[in-house]
Amino acid sequence: MAASLVLSGCGSKASDTEAAKSESCVDTSGPTIKVGSLNSLSGTMAISEVTVRDAIKLAVDQINADGGVMGKQIDLIGEDGASEPTVFAEKAEKLIKDDCVAAVFGGWTSSSRKAMLPVFESNNSLLYYPVQYEGLESSKNIFYTGATTNQQIVPALDYLKEKGVKSLYLVGSDYVFPQTANRIIKAYAAANDIEIKGEDYTPLGSTDFSTIVNKVRTADADAVFNTLNGDSNVAFFREYKNVGLTPQDMPVVSVSIAEEEVGGIGVQNIEGQLVAWDYYQTLDSPENKAFVKAYKDAYGQDKPTSDPMEAAYVSVHLWKNTVEKAKSFATKDVQEAAGGVEYDAPEGLVQIDGDNNHITKTARIGEIHPDGLIYTVWSSAGPIEPDPYLKGYPWAAGLSG
Amino acid sequence: MDVLIGQLTTGLSLGSILLLAALGLSLTFGQMGVINMAHGEFIMAGCYTAYVVQQVISNTGASLLVSLVVGFFVGGLMGVLLEVTLIQRMYDRPLDTLLVTFGVGLVLQQIARDVFGAPAVNVVAPAWLSGGVEILGAVVPKTRIFILVLAVLCVAVLSAVLRYSPMGRRIRAVVQNRDLAETSGISSRTTDITTFFIGSGLAAVAGVALTLIGSTSPTIGQSYLIDAFLVVVVGGLGQIKGTVIAAFALGFLNSFIEYNTTASLAKVIVFVIIVIFLQVRPQGLFTVRTRSLV
Repeated sequence: MAASLVLSGCGSKASDTEAAKSESCVDTSGPTIKVGSLNSLSGTMAISEVTVRDAIKLAVDQINADGGVMGKQIDLIGEDGASEPTVFAEKAEKLIKDDCVAAVFGGWTSSSRKAMLPVFESNNSLLYYPVQYEGLESSKNIFYTGATTNQQIVPALDYLKEKGVKSLYLVGSDYVFPQTANRIIKAYAAANDIEIKGEDYTPLGSTDFSTIVNKVRTADADAVFNTLNGDSNVAFFREYKNVGLTPQDMPVVSVSIAEEEVGGIGVQNIEGQLVAWDYYQTLDSPENKAFVKAYKDAYGQDKPTSDPMEAAYVSVHLWKNTVEKAKSFATKDVQEAAGGVEYDAPEGLVQIDGDNNHITKTARIGEIHPDGLIYTVWSSAGPIEPDPYLKGYPWAAGLSG
Repeated sequence: MDVLIGQLTTGLSLGSILLLAALGLSLTFGQMGVINMAHGEFIMAGCYTAYVVQQVISNTGASLLVSLVVGFFVGGLMGVLLEVTLIQRMYDRPLDTLLVTFGVGLVLQQIARDVFGAPAVNVVAPAWLSGGVEILGAVVPKTRIFILVLAVLCVAVLSAVLRYSPMGRRIRAVVQNRDLAETSGISSRTTDITTFFIGSGLAAVAGVALTLIGSTSPTIGQSYLIDAFLVVVVGGLGQIKGTVIAAFALGFLNSFIEYNTTASLAKVIVFVIIVIFLQVRPQGLFTVRTRSLV
């Protein structure tokens, strides 16, 4: 490992000594410190990722107004990942090598993260990734501030079981996150006597759900677990409502629908349905009220705040707290100091787990109300320790393989 | 039994959606031979027309009916603009037309994104179309019945226009033999523009109707474009009845295969069936008999 750290120095400004090489070309001598944000500002993912960029910028502006990090103002360099994993990898390389940033915040899709991972590892730099994902990953060079599966999917299943749900129907888009999520759900169901009545995937962007809804309707499960992504949700929920299925008969639990998506689906089509996240705009805490107010003041009163935005906002603060604990911007020092670093986030207290670089999070089930906002109906007893490989769950033994 | 009825109605509904999306294309591609990759964006223009009209007229029922009419003219005028500025210059270069209209489609998508934003917007369906009707144990959403009725209506009107009106006769004449039609005093330019107007207008009408069941976003046209081309190719170029039969055949095929397999697999199987069908019958179900030498 030491050898790889040494080899990964990026050269131009590094001196000849080996220790200096491993610190890469980050310039810590001036009054400012550079960090990067890398989000899709164009292409199909721009809808979601622009809001994440805005949240990162808000955190940076607030930190700068409070005196910066270790006395240095943060200089945020924004790049566009253009919804293409290859562009993410390219731009990450540019931020690390040409701009010499101390850390990068961003990424959304799992494919963008997987594309950036080798770049951050080979250059020994840091990525803060703010979106819930399918777990089964842990890199020294990535801090995961969104939920892993045991902080979102598993608590949602616990909630359904508590509500007496005995059978589930799984509907998802045909790609990595829904497939992995459903593998976990099936393992959980097998261990908890929950019957899986059916499992259906549709191509991304699919717009016709009459057959699937017909299948769901005849299967008569107690609840539907929905991992559809993007526009497909609109067609699915409209069809679902129009054939007369209601949240009372057969609730749908969704893991990819946040505050911004509710408007596009039409709140009248999805009102009363459930979602699983760790943060909602409606959370009642002074930290959240301050965050929501600051966000709306900066970007518009009609803009909702959502889970990934909050996780991105938190990631900048966690980086600041870690740097101040380490008293250094160097990757190696930040990695070593990270374990146990805390931040009073809008979602509640979060803490970095030094073993897997994920953070503790409180899981919450929310219900969509007619005003288009999501209200908490259930939350976990406290922050849940991250367990990306689900090692603490005996039923999940075969999954991480 | 109610599963069978359910899938029959699903197939019928899917067929009517395919028909509506492909009807305009059966004119511009089927009759004129223009490979218009921006056809999907005309559908999208219809979706956004429905959205804009709804912002002006708050009564959802009235706004739906008004947008069907407004949408027809919005789509039609966009089509004419495209025909006059670009397509007419490349009637003898089909591959260039394909690339150029593909580019135009991307430009239109980005314009929609800049004007309306990338997130899907919500077009509210009128109250009298919410819920479903129970038919022998299966529930059919009223929105789908509306689309079926609209599709049948569009086909009836279009066939009547093509068959009985002077304009329709001119269109058919140009399709069957452009040179002879011209020597008989028919302006093929005017006819081309009219055909393109109607074809593009019908695409936008489809878009207005599709807001009832799907999302309204900048990329919505893409999800219908390929299916629309498939329907026209399978149906055979130049005949409305081919398009109708192909649309319903593909609708039933897709709904039954999907019920017994999965959505992704159903698409694959349907494609394979189409490829085999076109090997046996490359000209599609029906063809226009023409005395033209080309």
